[in-house]
Amino acid sequence: MTATAAAFETSERSAYNQPPKPVQRVVWMDAFFKNLTRFFAFFVFAMLAAILISLVVHSQLTLSKFGFNFLFNAEWDPVTEEFGALVPIYGTLVSSAIAMAIGIPVSFGIALFLTELSPNWLKRPLGTAIEMLAAIPSIIYGMWGLFVFAPLFAEHVQPVLIKTFGALPIFGPLFKGPAMGIGMLTAGIILAIMVIPFITAVMRDVFELVPPLLKESAYGLGATTWEVVWRVVLPYTKIGVVGGVMLGLGRALGETMAVTFVIGNAHRLSTSLLAPGNSIASSLANEFTEAVGDLHSSALIELGLILFLITTIVLALSKLLLLQLSKREGRET
Amino acid sequence: MKQASIKRFIASAGIAFGLTAGTAAVAADITGAGATFPYPIYAKWAEAYRAKTGVGLNYQSIGSGGGIKQITAKTVDFGASDAPLDADKLEKEGLVQFPMVMGGVVPVYNVTGIKPGGLRLTGAVLADIYLGKITKWNAAPIAALNKDVKLPDQDITVVARSDGSGTTFIFTHYLSKVSSEWKEKVGNNTSVKWASGVSGKGNEGVAAYVQRLPGSIGYVEYAYALQNKMSYVLLQNKDGNFVSPDDKSFRAAAANAQWDKAPGFNLMLTDQAGKDSWPLTGATFILMHKKQDKPEKAAIALKFFDWAYESGDKLALDLDYVPMPDAVVKLVKAEWKKIQDASGKPIAF
Repeated sequence: MTATAAAFETSERSAYNQPPKPVQRVVWMDAFFKNLTRFFAFFVFAMLAAILISLVVHSQLTLSKFGFNFLFNAEWDPVTEEFGALVPIYGTLVSSAIAMAIGIPVSFGIALFLTELSPNWLKRPLGTAIEMLAAIPSIIYGMWGLFVFAPLFAEHVQPVLIKTFGALPIFGPLFKGPAMGIGMLTAGIILAIMVIPFITAVMRDVFELVPPLLKESAYGLGATTWEVVWRVVLPYTKIGVVGGVMLGLGRALGETMAVTFVIGNAHRLSTSLLAPGNSIASSLANEFTEAVGDLHSSALIELGLILFLITTIVLALSKLLLLQLSKREGRET
Repeated sequence: MKQASIKRFIASAGIAFGLTAGTAAVAADITGAGATFPYPIYAKWAEAYRAKTGVGLNYQSIGSGGGIKQITAKTVDFGASDAPLDADKLEKEGLVQFPMVMGGVVPVYNVTGIKPGGLRLTGAVLADIYLGKITKWNAAPIAALNKDVKLPDQDITVVARSDGSGTTFIFTHYLSKVSSEWKEKVGNNTSVKWASGVSGKGNEGVAAYVQRLPGSIGYVEYAYALQNKMSYVLLQNKDGNFVSPDDKSFRAAAANAQWDKAPGFNLMLTDQAGKDSWPLTGATFILMHKKQDKPEKAAIALKFFDWAYESGDKLALDLDYVPMPDAVVKLVKAEWKKIQDASGKPIAF
């Protein structure tokens, strides 16, 4: 037997008789892929850290000059260079709260209709229409709000609000002042319209994940549609629902252009929801380009930092809420 | 499949090549950044100049504040600002400043019953309105100036600019000049703390608010007032005449200004003397470094500005800007001698 034949035989034996070894190439690719995905995951984290650090560094001037007072000072005067964030913080929180107060129930209703009540032929066109709302750029909402919605609102809705609620003892101050059509309430309503498609889309998707078996059992026991949704669908999907609400809230807190158009952009604190106000994002959009003084730029960057923190706190609170919910569930069962 | 992907690769390589070729061409262009107010005319001039010479201008209207930051960081060939820098700041940063083109700011109103151009105001009354001291259209100070007009018993809604802008700088500069209370309480800046009312973003935002809100008064650039056919106020100037805003009254303000006595052209054209002067006139400025690291690029930029002064007047007037008077252009060209290369020679263009 020649040497080549022997070599051939060995190689043949190794190929057929031994357990298959992982091919070298695959091992290499596995490792590469794992590291690549890990890199991307950590890259996001690094970006987040980099943004936070640069916000802190560039707001150093106001951080050291005003300290914690920055949060509670309602003054915002670029001429004397005295800055406080109370008005924008208040505006951001209140306009988002209005948006959520309107947006959550409406989204819930839409999602409920789409998954439980709507005839099949209507589901798809309605769903698509909602999704298309989400694709409209925010500046379009802003312009529509200013040119179409605000005049109608000022003419037909605000006078009624002022007349009916303005005289009430506790809620009265919320609905005082001239009917201008622009202001905190208008901003909140426009925001609500903008977040509805997001919350609805998530709610609908998670509602559809509820196993039919569960729902049909409940129906079989004689439950009404409302009871099925309230006692079966919602508990089953609560994590997804809270997630959808948070997604909407995140958008409302950070929304810039649409709010800038309709909030009135006045750095003044007012109890009335009809009065003009300001939000963090719209202050930034308005003033950043022409902020000449270092202190002014620094104050604006600190506003950005505050928005960052507000979003983080909201996210943390929602996690806490979910944790609390699951704990209570543990006690009950 | 394979063929398709090869084709795609070739196509994308072609695009990438085109892009690099594109940037190579841009490298010879002039780069500038700054004020938004003159952007339309700079863009128009750039278009005409490119058609004539092939040299393009890449101007980013990021705002005066941004323009000053960019030129001090030397990332652009020139910066543009609506508010002039003072001599100390120019000296500190080693910059030369010159006015490029002028415009006017116009108070506009939306009051039923007062016809366009039918409202007369003085600077002091305008300041009191913006301070929130005069709140009704039929208040005595307004009525005293408009005896022949039937003023309605209506609340005044004050509209201001929410974004920092050269328009606001000119407006508040004027009010600071004519009202000591304004100067003390509010002051003069690209954005200020407004005492009352609402604020819109940009000229278009203010124009939209004034058109939507009955009983409102606002201020916009002249071009916006014209294009939106808004009712403008007749303002009393320093000589006591009530003038209407147009290119003649803007030019009168510029002609009466003493540019030669203002070091670094640090001059605001508000409340100038002269019987026809519009009190809310302002120029927009160009900033360049005195010491040029790349003299050939500075030469290209100066050549463009020279062309704009000499042949850009008609384009400026078309867009409702006002060209600089010839006497001022002469002073500017003398100032250009300060822009020098590394050896200290004025840059020839």
